[in-house]
Amino acid sequence: MTQTRRDFLKTSGTALGAAMLPFLKAIPAQAAGGDAMVAVTGQTINSLDLHRTGTNRASYQVAVNCYDRLVSFGTKEAPGGGLSYDYSVIEPELAESWEISPDGLTMTFKLKPDATFWDGRKVTAEDVKWSFDRAVSVGGFPSVQMKAGGLLRPDQFAALDEETFVITLDRPSKLTLPDLAVPVPFIINAEIAKANTTEDDPWAMEYLHTTPAGSGAYKVAAWQQGQQLVYERNDAWVGGPLPGFKRVVIREVPSPATRRALIERGDVQLSFNIPNKDAAELDALDGVDVYSTPIENCIHCLCPNFNFEPFQDANVRKALAYAIPYEAIFQTAAYGRGAPMWGGPAEITDTAWPRKSPYMTDMAKAKELMAASAYASGFEVPLSISLGLADWMEPTALLLQEAFAQIGIKTEIEKIPGANWRTAALVEKRLPLHLENFGGWLNTPDYYFFWAYKEGHLFNSSNYRNDEIEKLVDDTLHIPMDDPAYAPNVTRMFEIAFDELPRIPLWQPALNVAMNGSSDYEFWFHRQLDVRPITPAGA
Amino acid sequence: MSRRLHMILGRVAQAIPVLFGVVVISFLLTRALPGDPAAYFAGPAADAASIAEIREALGLDKPLFQQFLFYLRDLARGDLGLSLSTGQPVMQDLAMRLPASLELTLVALGLSCLIAIPLGVLAATRPGSWIDHLCRVLVTAGVSMPTFFTGILLIYVFYYLLGLAPAPLGRLDFLYLPPPSVSGFYLIDAALAGDWQAWLGAAKQIVLPAITLALFTLAPIARMTRAAMLSALSADFIRTARAAGLGQGKILYGYALRNALLPVVTTLGMVFSFSLGANVLVEKVFAWPGIGSYAVEALVVSDYAAVQGFVLAMAVLFVLLNLVIDIAYALIDPRIGLS
Repeated sequence: MTQTRRDFLKTSGTALGAAMLPFLKAIPAQAAGGDAMVAVTGQTINSLDLHRTGTNRASYQVAVNCYDRLVSFGTKEAPGGGLSYDYSVIEPELAESWEISPDGLTMTFKLKPDATFWDGRKVTAEDVKWSFDRAVSVGGFPSVQMKAGGLLRPDQFAALDEETFVITLDRPSKLTLPDLAVPVPFIINAEIAKANTTEDDPWAMEYLHTTPAGSGAYKVAAWQQGQQLVYERNDAWVGGPLPGFKRVVIREVPSPATRRALIERGDVQLSFNIPNKDAAELDALDGVDVYSTPIENCIHCLCPNFNFEPFQDANVRKALAYAIPYEAIFQTAAYGRGAPMWGGPAEITDTAWPRKSPYMTDMAKAKELMAASAYASGFEVPLSISLGLADWMEPTALLLQEAFAQIGIKTEIEKIPGANWRTAALVEKRLPLHLENFGGWLNTPDYYFFWAYKEGHLFNSSNYRNDEIEKLVDDTLHIPMDDPAYAPNVTRMFEIAFDELPRIPLWQPALNVAMNGSSDYEFWFHRQLDVRPITPAGA
Repeated sequence: MSRRLHMILGRVAQAIPVLFGVVVISFLLTRALPGDPAAYFAGPAADAASIAEIREALGLDKPLFQQFLFYLRDLARGDLGLSLSTGQPVMQDLAMRLPASLELTLVALGLSCLIAIPLGVLAATRPGSWIDHLCRVLVTAGVSMPTFFTGILLIYVFYYLLGLAPAPLGRLDFLYLPPPSVSGFYLIDAALAGDWQAWLGAAKQIVLPAITLALFTLAPIARMTRAAMLSALSADFIRTARAAGLGQGKILYGYALRNALLPVVTTLGMVFSFSLGANVLVEKVFAWPGIGSYAVEALVVSDYAAVQGFVLAMAVLFVLLNLVIDIAYALIDPRIGLS
């Protein structure tokens, strides 16, 4: 019987890895501890290659778990318990060491001499060069992300010798090194990839889409799209400490209720990105560990659009900010998971971000501000939410609707299908009043402001423009964080943002993960599951 | 017999204009959806230039008519295009997901018929008795409970509380390997491969979702059987048969049921087609990789190729189904020809 299955697997090379061994049938899921972990998620993985057009967010985990980057981030204690990546510490992954020239324009990386790809071939600087060339050339999201770190063209990358890789920058930037640790610039086995290119497909997009070729901690043992992805440990990995699990099964279960039953029963060891409600309830149970990590550099906001005339009046925007029932929203929509973003001090003395705004619920003041505005008699405005994000947007919108009615702003909730949301809110920027949730991968406030407060930039869905902000962001984006101009520039940005209110902060959301039979979960800014640090419980 | 074959071929030929119409309408309807797939698939941090690049890569910058011609050309080659949301060729997606849905629906319908038809017959022969009331209660309960609720309830009781059912993790627990694909139906393929462990695994997985779906489809079949049996039993030929002294069994099953089956088969066809598309919720709850959830996901992200492929596959399926029902009519009732 087993023989037939093995033969089948060897002959059918499509989604299943050809060399894949049959699963150990004798080990039931709950007794699998020590060797195998099953994780469930509601998201679907649609490609094993992050660089491909149309690759969704859930698929980024393959780039994280199966490929290496030159560098990675360190680890720290997370605010909500458990572990988190540490933006302030850059650690080696494939690079053994690196040097940055005094002018900050040349970065020289020495690769680990013992690093090998899964096929046993040594990782060379040529592989790194090919992979970086690919990331800046394919267009779309990978190229945009590379650009954020000042990596634009293949001529910026050079392989000096087998183990030395050099990046030449147009200008020094504090964002370049962290940008090398995001999932995008991963190192591909260039020889395998090149052997699978065609004239129409010079970057082997079709091949790597289903067949990863890397040097990372895990190989893909099987992928059945829409059902499961099976990782198998690469015991020759040198990018970090050897992961605790030999085999990790990522199983897609769309229904949150089913995922909850599975983790409570302990048939799966990890449930990723669970709803806030389940997180709050599971937290009270013995045996299930819940980690709710506030997502760094991410804020759920209410955005009044400057295209809509009444919102050009500063008094109206401030009236909105004072009318919002913050606590009720935080408890109803987020079940208290995450961090409050209201009721902060009036004076800004540090550069911490996200930070509490100086606003709080004060209906009397809101009414006063409305009376002082040019729209004392009120007005009507649609309040737009995305159906794709309805779990937090819908309860929030209902509470906002009720509160705004008290200051004479009549809102009608407009529900926009997930597919149209991006176009309407971010690309066309045509929604007069809406909810928004941008989060920046690179964790500095100026990076957040670059995307969300600069005119014309994607997440500035309020059509906000302020000349001082434009200049401050341009001046600050690339200078080091210990530059004397950094802190004053950033605090000035905060002051303007809180005074002008193109985005009214509501709360900082959390990423919730439940574990039962596994431990050492680590939060990452990319909000996908990094299975490498996870170990069996009690190990 | 060759006349019958001729008729069947005629029926298939009649389906061609229908299918062409479906192709045109599904193409136009997907384009009429307000979403912009290029913006959606450009990813979270894309700018206008990268959205334009993607639009070009997808061929969406071409005029509509040209897009349609390309689509027809690909279709003629048997290429349904590439689904953006799953990253797989639509043909491959359908080949994987359609059997999953069909297997679930057929098992559920089989189960449903096994309960509903005898129940309907019994209720019709003893109207007003306790079995008639039981039938009514079961039918009302089955219809009035939404499938996702029944599904979650069954998981809660049989998996979470009692631990009798396996983890609701799709078609096969990850401990088993799927059997070599012949028909795509795990129960058939595993049996063909002689892999009884995988067969048992697949059978265990299908029990709860099939019961969920069966409870929902029970009602129309049982009601229709009861009504058709009642009218058949009060017909003249039954009275004649009774007068002629035929046995109760012969009357009930040989004459009444056979006549009552026609409307039941019609209902069955309708129930089959709607449950194939409508079991999205069951698929979601049981992580079943079926066609319904595939279509819904594709619609949500304006995944043109996937939606068109789904509509076309369903249209073909409906044409075949109608053909099968027509043939079944002719087999049940010799008075009905295929003309």
